Amino acid sequence: MKSSRLGAWVALAIGAIYFLVPLIGTFEFSLRMRRDQYSFDAYAIVFADPRFQATLGYSVMMAILTIIVGIALVVPTAYWIELRMPKARPLVEFITLLPLVIPAIVIVFGYLHLYNSSSFLPFTANERSTDVLLVCSYVTLSLPYMYRSVDTGLRAVDVRTLTEAAESLGAGWTTILFKVIFPNVRSGILSGAFLTFAVVVGEFTMASLLDRPAFGPYLQLVGANRAYEPSALAIIAFIVTWASMGLIQIFARAPKGATAAADRTT
Amino acid sequence: MPFLEIESLQKSFGAQTVVHHFEMTIDQGEFITFLGPSGCGKTTILRMIAGFEIPSAGIIRIDGKDVTRFRPNQRNVGMVFQSYALFPNLTVAGNIGFALKVAKRSTAEIKSRVEEMLHLIKLPHLADRYPRQLSGGQQQRVALARALAGRPKVLLLDEPLSALDAKIRVSLRSEIRALQRQLGITSIFVTHDQEEALSISDRIVVLSEGRTAQIGTPFEIYNFPNNRFVASFIGTLSLLPALVVDARNGRLSVDGQDVVTNRPLNGAAVGDAVTVALRPEAITLQPQSENRNNLDAVVEEVGFLGSVIRIRARLNDAVLSLDMFNNPNQPPPELGARVALSFSQDDLLVLDAAVAAA
Repeated sequence: MKSSRLGAWVALAIGAIYFLVPLIGTFEFSLRMRRDQYSFDAYAIVFADPRFQATLGYSVMMAILTIIVGIALVVPTAYWIELRMPKARPLVEFITLLPLVIPAIVIVFGYLHLYNSSSFLPFTANERSTDVLLVCSYVTLSLPYMYRSVDTGLRAVDVRTLTEAAESLGAGWTTILFKVIFPNVRSGILSGAFLTFAVVVGEFTMASLLDRPAFGPYLQLVGANRAYEPSALAIIAFIVTWASMGLIQIFARAPKGATAAADRTT
Repeated sequence: MPFLEIESLQKSFGAQTVVHHFEMTIDQGEFITFLGPSGCGKTTILRMIAGFEIPSAGIIRIDGKDVTRFRPNQRNVGMVFQSYALFPNLTVAGNIGFALKVAKRSTAEIKSRVEEMLHLIKLPHLADRYPRQLSGGQQQRVALARALAGRPKVLLLDEPLSALDAKIRVSLRSEIRALQRQLGITSIFVTHDQEEALSISDRIVVLSEGRTAQIGTPFEIYNFPNNRFVASFIGTLSLLPALVVDARNGRLSVDGQDVVTNRPLNGAAVGDAVTVALRPEAITLQPQSENRNNLDAVVEEVGFLGSVIRIRARLNDAVLSLDMFNNPNQPPPELGARVALSFSQDDLLVLDAAVAAA
């Protein structure tokens, strides 16, 4: 008993060291821009760089659009599969996992081949339509996270019976979707949304090859040309990601009714 | 004029037919129970009335209107589910008011109707609770109030008590019945529990393998089962092989002993082998009196259940169960004792040979 607890602590310590030491090292390095003393100069420079604000703003915008499109696509799909086509679930799960298996670079080359300015669908012809293409590609990239989160949320409530109950009370499809299904899978939708946010904000390949001014390519550019600022940026990116994770935790626990059904099914 | 009419309703899933030509008419305010073992089609018929399943053939009319092809939300039929199916994101009041809100009634009207329903189910203090904060029995009462709040034409209850523990099940079923009488709402209750069905219904529909085995009042179903399935599914019944000796006078031979029945022989002729049945409460160990049947048997088992003593007695090639009330002045017979089983000529059922074979 006692030795197994000790073993667990050792494992935890090794994990913590593996994870924390590089992080602390990066943080420490990011403070050493001024000779012989610690300072936040690197952070000041990063925050003062107009490209930092522009690219981060652009990526946040893309992330929000991706989340909206993703929710609109995934929630009704997952709901319909749970309700009417449970046999199709393995196939859809497989499809949603494909973006994890197919490298982003393959997907983006596919896009460039299909949608180049001389193709029948010239998405890359101007900046706005390229943004549309980029959002579509981000929806694809975040599909595994969004689908899984929503599907888990849907399975925790008895979707079929709740739908029937709402129907027998006179509700139509839009009422069922917005008044019954969305509120009860809210925590699933939110965790999908924050994971999507974290994925999109730091994404490099798609944005770079589609030549859009996103945060990922900016990180790479600074990393290639500067010494201390990349470390500061890495720490900032970490904080953004962690904030997303923290928000998942808060929202996944707080919803007033959504977790109740999950409790009951256990 | 009947309120709910069901005409030759049929349902198949692929090659499998689960409901065969179901026919029934139900009057306004009647409480009907569909009773049968799992897979008998009772829930499927209920779901077709609710609109969750489309019949393969047949017509359903509610209040004279053909609703067979209507969507569930166009039928104005209330439904109570086994799993309660309350909306976890809404309070008790929100759940009860859901149908009225969907129907876009005024806030004041919703509020007063919700209060009225909360009083009806005797939970006025729980309006602001969430379903997860309620016990199972409370949740099911809220589900009942939710189904009734929109004043449906028909109330459907799909095994609403199965998920509850025994004590609540009994008290809630009489509450449901009282509420149904008070509101006069036409109701259909699905269960596999025969005691529940007998205690709550105006009429019972016994179903077996997608067909109607018998429709009748609890009294008729219990005392005059049409066939072997109904007889054995409802209550305890001892089945005995018998030979017809005299068809006109109802004389039979059971285990080589003569007995007489006043019940119809269902067309059996002299020399035919039939199955006869006896309820345990029909048999006594009292000495024979006039116009009663008498069978000699050996006591094989005595079960003391408190108010009732259940005895198993063996004939040569059959076993009978009989119940006697506990009486401190009359100890039960010993194991192995020879006893005379006495029963009325009216209590010896002859089961329909044709259906018994099915």
